[in-house]
Amino acid sequence: MTMVTNNGLVYLIALPLFGAIALLLLGRRADKWGHLLATAMSAGSFAVGLFQLSEMLGRAAESRPVTQKLFTWISVGSFNVDASLLLDQLSICFVLLITGVGTLIHIYSISYMSHDPDRRRFFAYLNLFIAAMLLLVLGDSYLNLYVGWEGVGLASYLLIGFWNQKPAYATASKKAFIMNRIGDMGLSFAIMIAFASLGTVSFSGVKEHSHHASEATMTAIGIMLLVAAVGKSAQFPLQAWLGDAMAGPTPVSALIHAATMVTAGVYLIVRSNFVFDAAPNAQLLVVIVGAITLMFGALVGTAKDDIKKALAASTMSQIGYMILASGLGPAGYAFAIMHLLTHGFFKAGMFLGAGSVMHGMNDEVNMRRYGGLRKFMPITFITFGLGYLAIIGVPPFAGFYSKDMIIETALNAGGAKGIILGSVTLLGAAITAFYMTRVMILTFTSPKRWDDNQHPHESPILMWLPMVILSIGSVISGFLLYRGEALKHWLEPLFEEHGEHTELLPPIVVSGLALLMVAIGVAFAVIKYQLSEVDAVAPENVTEFTRVARRDLLQDDINEALFMRPGQAITSALVKIDQNVIDGAVHGIGKMALGSGSFLRKSQTGFVRSYAVLILIGAAALIAAIWVVTT
Amino acid sequence: MSLDNYLYLSAILFTIGAVGVVVRRNAIVVFMCVELMLNAANLTLVTFSRINGTLDAQVIAFFTMVVAACEVVVGLAIIVTIYRSRRSASIDDASLLKR
Repeated sequence: MTMVTNNGLVYLIALPLFGAIALLLLGRRADKWGHLLATAMSAGSFAVGLFQLSEMLGRAAESRPVTQKLFTWISVGSFNVDASLLLDQLSICFVLLITGVGTLIHIYSISYMSHDPDRRRFFAYLNLFIAAMLLLVLGDSYLNLYVGWEGVGLASYLLIGFWNQKPAYATASKKAFIMNRIGDMGLSFAIMIAFASLGTVSFSGVKEHSHHASEATMTAIGIMLLVAAVGKSAQFPLQAWLGDAMAGPTPVSALIHAATMVTAGVYLIVRSNFVFDAAPNAQLLVVIVGAITLMFGALVGTAKDDIKKALAASTMSQIGYMILASGLGPAGYAFAIMHLLTHGFFKAGMFLGAGSVMHGMNDEVNMRRYGGLRKFMPITFITFGLGYLAIIGVPPFAGFYSKDMIIETALNAGGAKGIILGSVTLLGAAITAFYMTRVMILTFTSPKRWDDNQHPHESPILMWLPMVILSIGSVISGFLLYRGEALKHWLEPLFEEHGEHTELLPPIVVSGLALLMVAIGVAFAVIKYQLSEVDAVAPENVTEFTRVARRDLLQDDINEALFMRPGQAITSALVKIDQNVIDGAVHGIGKMALGSGSFLRKSQTGFVRSYAVLILIGAAALIAAIWVVTT
Repeated sequence: MSLDNYLYLSAILFTIGAVGVVVRRNAIVVFMCVELMLNAANLTLVTFSRINGTLDAQVIAFFTMVVAACEVVVGLAIIVTIYRSRRSASIDDASLLKR
């Protein structure tokens, strides 16, 4: 099958990349208009994406993917890697999400960052991120994807540490970078295994081999890909960096750490569907990771008082849903992507809402110091509220459709697996409803708990307009993608056929159950926070569980005890060995030379006559020796 | 007369020169002793030239004289300079390089 070539794909990446390079090279000269250029580049990329979508819609399902070869990258013997782009039904979803939400967040940032002296640098990094993320989803081989994968990691690092004058923020960016490295190593191992045992690293090549390669190979590749996904998408056990990543400016949290970059792991798994279909054990591991993370994030979310960290925990949990769905095989891939898209809308919208609240509250992030903001920020309240209804899964908002499909697919996974996964996802839905209601009540509807010197106010139009657009998306996107199984049919040509699926419970019962769980979660939150007094300072006399959840279920303590301290012990042991053994040997040799030198120095008396005597004796001894030898 | 006598003479002259270099402190005297040793060597060379009936060694003697002349020029210049700066021609005093 030869694919259609389309030379327009490169502009998707080239525009934001040009913006990033121009802004970084021009420096202060671009301060006045840099943000406008960056926004225009992002919007231009979005326009190219829309154009590509319209072209794609005009073709039959099987001829929709298009490619563009940029140049031959590596050509060694029989091994060939081209720098090629591939735009198919899956990548177009991501392209539109990245550039669409990205452009809205660019617009938002113009206002949000207007007082920052480094706004130009911020926009340059944002454009760099967009370019790298597009390369990630457009690469046609694991190697090309890897370039984008590292690129978004770099952009994420630069943006988390954007205010690196604060040591804590700089540390947060380093933490994110280092934890991501572990995942990146998994991806590079997966590429190496694929190259060593299959001889190819392109998606189509690996897909061809997946049918007849040994299951062990596929399992190894699958597990390594999962490690990569776990690192990038902040899944258990590499989840600890996401909470700290909220140190970055809020638009960054919305774009990178909620809507796009952290979902790259889901993309990787769905893109590698042929690997996981051929490796059931790796697939099971994906489901387990997803299930653990979805509970983990939800539980952490119930205890966080920092609005951004609560949303970050929620992101982690929602991505857990997506990973779980992508581990359910062909039945779940489309729903993973669907939840990813709807989540991109409502979570980005809510993060922008949180940014708007912080903007109006002098950068206060503690929800216990909010309260009653509904009156002061009506637009933020409504847009945030729509996102809230979407995430907890109230019909007909977006999250209802996408989450409901995941719960249903999980329940129908068959046997004990189905029952366990179904209950986990249902319980997760209840906890999600609880903690999101808590955020909502603490921020907007409970009595005010802020000081009188705060003057909360609505944000300017450049900030609320993107929020409004995203909230529209969080209302309608789910229905649009769900209607007539639109997304499922759209993505179907990419996945293997899957057999008959069993139905444990009829869909209507599942939806009912899910809504019941949501209602329970909301009710608990209303009783606990709306109908009773909320302290402005986090109470100390709390249960052991709350204490642990506030510390992110001890994730940092465990990492520190298991990895950091032994690492430090090894390092200090190495330093001791270096100082005593290696330095000792070097210093010993030096001292030896010094000692023998100062001993020999004594023969140099400085008296010419003693030298003359020595020369005489030497000459005499030499002659004597010659005489003895020759006779 | 046996040619050996020349060799004995040169041995005696060399010994005198060597002892002089070792025991005397005055730089000029040490210098003269060095010249004595050089000339003792020249005498030996010439003697062997006569014994062997070849001219090779005589040529070497000329070389030695040229080198000795150069050495005298440089050496005397150094001694004069040291004397001017230190007001002494004793070679035991000139041990600054040791420190």
